[in-house]
Amino acid sequence: MHPVYLDNNATTPLHPKAREAMLPWLGERHGNPSSIHAFGQAARNAVEEARERVAALIGARPAEIVFTASGTEANNAVIFGQAAGGHLVLSTIEHPSVREAAARLENRHEKEGAIVSRITPGPDGVVPAAAMIAALRPDTRLVCLMLANNELGTIQPVAEVAAACRERGIPMLCDAVQAAGKIPVDADALGVDFLVLGAHKFHGPLGAAAVRVRKGRELPGFLVGGSQERRRRAGTENVPALAGFGAAAAAAREELPERQAHLAGLRNRFEALVTERVPGAIVHCAGSPRLPNTSHVAFPGVEGESLLIRLDLAGYAVSTGSACSSGTVEPSRTLLAIGLSRDEALASLRISFGIANQPGELDGFLGALAREVAELRRVAPASLSVGAGR
Amino acid sequence: MSTLTAVAMSGGLDSSVAAWLLARQGIPVVGLSMLLWDQSTVEANGRCCGALDLGDAKRVAQQAGIPHYTLRLDEEFRDKVVDPFVEDYLAGRTPSPCVRCNTWIKFDLLLERARRLGADRVATGHYARIVDGPDGPELHTAVDPDKDQSYYLFELTQGQLAASLFPLGEMSKPQVRELAREAGLVVAEKGESMEVCFVAGGVREFVETQVAENPERFAGARLAEPAALVDTDGKELGTGQPYYRYTVGQRKGLGLAARSPLFVLAIEPGENRVVVGEEAELLAPGLAGERLHWIGPAPAGETGEVEATVKIRSRHPGVAATIHPLPGDRAEIRFAEPQRGITPGQAAVFYQGTRVLGGCWIEGRLG
Repeated sequence: MHPVYLDNNATTPLHPKAREAMLPWLGERHGNPSSIHAFGQAARNAVEEARERVAALIGARPAEIVFTASGTEANNAVIFGQAAGGHLVLSTIEHPSVREAAARLENRHEKEGAIVSRITPGPDGVVPAAAMIAALRPDTRLVCLMLANNELGTIQPVAEVAAACRERGIPMLCDAVQAAGKIPVDADALGVDFLVLGAHKFHGPLGAAAVRVRKGRELPGFLVGGSQERRRRAGTENVPALAGFGAAAAAAREELPERQAHLAGLRNRFEALVTERVPGAIVHCAGSPRLPNTSHVAFPGVEGESLLIRLDLAGYAVSTGSACSSGTVEPSRTLLAIGLSRDEALASLRISFGIANQPGELDGFLGALAREVAELRRVAPASLSVGAGR
Repeated sequence: MSTLTAVAMSGGLDSSVAAWLLARQGIPVVGLSMLLWDQSTVEANGRCCGALDLGDAKRVAQQAGIPHYTLRLDEEFRDKVVDPFVEDYLAGRTPSPCVRCNTWIKFDLLLERARRLGADRVATGHYARIVDGPDGPELHTAVDPDKDQSYYLFELTQGQLAASLFPLGEMSKPQVRELAREAGLVVAEKGESMEVCFVAGGVREFVETQVAENPERFAGARLAEPAALVDTDGKELGTGQPYYRYTVGQRKGLGLAARSPLFVLAIEPGENRVVVGEEAELLAPGLAGERLHWIGPAPAGETGEVEATVKIRSRHPGVAATIHPLPGDRAEIRFAEPQRGITPGQAAVFYQGTRVLGGCWIEGRLG
């Protein structure tokens, strides 16, 4: 049986148009964009075309786009570049590349470190804008709020917090890695200073991401040794990946309305049926504004990791949380942050649909889910979680 | 639907070949690795619970074309293997952690976890054999006597043996390596991991670090106090290292001048003493054991005597002996000829021919 991929928040299959844009740079064409000759000129053209297309996806100007190799790199660069020596506000459901960068600053001394305020979401998976705003101080150097949570898919009140930051002249970072390509993302309307997106979450290649630095804001150079990316990120550009990034951005922009409808159709049908077919299933944050593709479901009495493995063996790929923390059985911090118990958090799975998924796959998946949940409840009824009994 | 077999994959040569052999038979196989210990404290290369080795397990699984998952069992490993290892040293014993790991982790917890995933048996790369006998499955030595690991499996039950598979039991190490080479497995040239997998440096340093880092686990432990070295009459000959630095039978490193070589005869943590004496004094006619375990039904009833060959440590050649079971899962074992180096904390394992009957844990010497 052909395995079914339902983990599109981890990464997505490459869009044919992205592949098409990349192939010449993996084959007959090559060039260093910094070279003066014709080879270099062609490569430069590919990079700048990609910059235009990525900018267009988020309503930004090409000159505002700084390419990086990953969303993690971009988030790190903004936090280490902006927040040292002052106060930092972030939500507790940020991606680890934000959370752990902040924690590292917190552990440094005085002028090189930062004082950190952490704001928790409500049980609805949404961080209250008022709580973020109330945490602002005169010495606040940076505010971080993601646009859509990678695990729950909940959409955060970024524009509201950004407006308050702008009034006070405080820079704001928005990690939009999970949102871009799935919902409309308008950098100016959001009003944030730094907006991060990554190609592989919307059918572009791995190894290409960007931070949009709003005109008038400075991002200090974080890799040195060349004039690339206007001296903010030295290093020869990854031409094939960036070409793919640009094409994926163009495709996302073009297809966005139908993608949203397709994804929401799959997700809504799945959620309507899962509670019917799997006794006890609970969809987290079902009433909150969410990405159209993401569903996080608790199966009480079942250990999520075992369920994930059983589903994988049955040909369905899902996740127990963000990909960065899988492989180990730590309850998801995001789920704990919305007030779930350790057992509830460990009993949850993330299902994230992609544009390649088809309604016909739902029936088989729901059947496997119902079967494996029932089987797990039968063979391991007493042990709800790893480490139980300690 | 054919049943699913889980194979425990450490990333070492043996378990990799076991996995590959099963996959080659075309039966449904899933590879499972256990994250047992915080790898940052252990130099991972070549050790069975190292993170790099688990990476190799994933690569071998891909080569064999089977799915592979890593299960985090570090809390259980600490509870069942590491803490008792430290406690044994603090109690003046010399532990055998690999037996405990097999008993409590690989054939207990892992089997339970495998069942959760829908597998009904666990295969490992152990060199031992499971043979169907008139009273159910029996544990036997491997065909290759140099590699035989049956000693480390003596605490298994028949229920566990019935759900276990040792694909390497009939093979020699060179054959296993040759198979790995033929298959082009990435681990084909890997060496042996003979050391205790969670101890990176010296045992003494490990014990001291564990006690210092987890004082609540080892309340009352006395660290780094030099022990008194005494002879069998109690006469003090000098001071040495902390008592947990010593092992019964040890000769080297005593730092005492004497006419004939001196050996550690006994360790007395309560008195902070280490008793030393001449080689002849190491000889004992038998041992007292606890936690007596029979793999199958007790061979001579509850209290009768059993004649068997007994191994008192993993590399011991074995000695003819009579086992007297005692109430409370205890036993007295009398050897046909005196043995040296009865080491508290080691296992005494009973054999009849190639068959492992069971065993017990050594408390001390008789006589």
